[in-house]
Amino acid sequence: MSSVTGTGTETRSYYGRPIIKEPVWTWEIPTYFFTGGLAGASAVLSSAARVAGNDKLARAALYVGTAAELVSPPLLISDLGRPERFHHMLRVVKPTSPMNVGSWVLLVSGGASTTAALCQLLDRFTPLRRAASVVATLAGPPLATYTGVLVADTAVPAWHEARRELPWIFGASAAASAGAAASMFVDPRDAGPARRVAVAGVLAEGALMQAMQLRLGTLGEVYRQGRAGKLSWAAKGLAVTGAALLGTKGRKSRAAAVAGGALVCAGELCMRWAVFNAGRQSARDPKYVVESQRRRIERDGTKATTKPG
Amino acid sequence: MSAPDGLATYGDEQQERVGFFTDTSVCIGCKDCEVACKEWNLIPEDGLAWTGNSYDNTGELSANTWRHVAFVEQEKPLLTDGNGGTGLRWLMESDVCKHCTHAACLDVCPTGSLFRTEFGTVVVQQDICNGCGYCVPACPFGVLDKRHLAPAPDLPAFAKEDGRVWKCTLCYDRLKGGHEPACAKACPTKSIQFGPLDELRERADARLAKLDAEGWNGAQLYGRDPDDGVGGFGAFFLLLDEPEVYGLPPDPVVTTRDLPEMWTNMLAAAGALLVGVAAAFLGSRS
Repeated sequence: MSSVTGTGTETRSYYGRPIIKEPVWTWEIPTYFFTGGLAGASAVLSSAARVAGNDKLARAALYVGTAAELVSPPLLISDLGRPERFHHMLRVVKPTSPMNVGSWVLLVSGGASTTAALCQLLDRFTPLRRAASVVATLAGPPLATYTGVLVADTAVPAWHEARRELPWIFGASAAASAGAAASMFVDPRDAGPARRVAVAGVLAEGALMQAMQLRLGTLGEVYRQGRAGKLSWAAKGLAVTGAALLGTKGRKSRAAAVAGGALVCAGELCMRWAVFNAGRQSARDPKYVVESQRRRIERDGTKATTKPG
Repeated sequence: MSAPDGLATYGDEQQERVGFFTDTSVCIGCKDCEVACKEWNLIPEDGLAWTGNSYDNTGELSANTWRHVAFVEQEKPLLTDGNGGTGLRWLMESDVCKHCTHAACLDVCPTGSLFRTEFGTVVVQQDICNGCGYCVPACPFGVLDKRHLAPAPDLPAFAKEDGRVWKCTLCYDRLKGGHEPACAKACPTKSIQFGPLDELRERADARLAKLDAEGWNGAQLYGRDPDDGVGGFGAFFLLLDEPEVYGLPPDPVVTTRDLPEMWTNMLAAAGALLVGVAAAFLGSRS
């Protein structure tokens, strides 16, 4: 605990108590970051496969994505303090609230994906399926990346200071999980592009996480400490092992593709949990709030305090 | 910068912007403000505990504490010339929602539950709030929190807890009736002053000049400047040490200041995702 009366280099605080409130979100929210990302990137993967004439992959990605779309709203609603008021999210359109924008994106994307999947399942209404797929493809990338803005648009140091990287990390992670999940459900001969998306996504996500932590300096340490640190290691280990398996044996063996795909998905889920916990840890310790603001004051000065003279 | 976001939409109903000036140099730590606030606003009891941190037993602002008196014991003389007692000083500060000119809680609220009143204050509409919790980490001061206590009788049977977010309303109901907020009314030393914000700023400037002339150690205004990171506080303070000593952020910034840049960045990332996935199919067209 920092000393209240201490001066010098030690960070001062009020009995070591947090300055900002720790996010009150529970496990559903980081889990949704994963399912939303999976849904958004799967919609893109499905349409790209369709255009390329790979119908088997297109169908698999469409069904995976729709399943992910459908579990997302229950996750979000169950985190609410007053779940029966979930529809209040849609009583306004508010661009200053990433959660409000995200609710609309999820509504459009989920509606479009579900429509396309139903048409596909019935093997009817092809023009409707095509139209719905276009909507889902356009809504997918925002759905996969807005959650990076959602967490960055807070006072939480490990999130707000990482605002440049987070949407890119979440986008790469979404691609990785979509490619990996689709690889599990189609013959390896048809899953080539999905495997490439999965491997490239894992590599991009890992590189961006490293770059972000380097840029954050001392604040970056929260991503390596405590529960966030353990989850980061798990994320890296699972995703890299899964990508390696997918990219080698997974090219021929269905069993290897299923195992590799599942490992990548587990890794990307852990990564969302790691980011979530890093945010909580940085909110809990007043040192991160004070130090990042003191650095800003040294650089730019502050108008928050008015001193005499 | 100094007009609060959204106030102009009131047109003829717009009132003069009001707020608090909390002068900690005359606070005696009686906690009358905490009690008056709890009584007037019918805030539930949320535990009686000893923290061991001087005389502070509430700890922080929360869903059930809208005025919080901080107590800081310091080995520091009260006056810069070293005089003023024993070389020990006891700082007390009644903290409250800052009713920011640019309020992050209000900006990020996805339901429109948080709104700007005609008095320029920021209030949660309890019949709209769905307990999403976004405002909780968005507030740079850690003011808002979810109420986890048992539900009020008017809630549906399956609701396990209140689940909504609560904070200081600057006694919106009392303002509507032409009364000052309960904490200011109860404060026996006028440490909590209520009034039109412009008037309070002038009064605070005069008070700071007086304390400076008398040689008080560390006297400074906090949140008085309309050009700070949140556009100035609707409830600002005179402190006797740096903000973090009282558990306040030294340079709070409204997080949504960076939101346009964040949206642009997100659109670039979304575009990259679209192009990246499409690129994986290059050369595989059958």
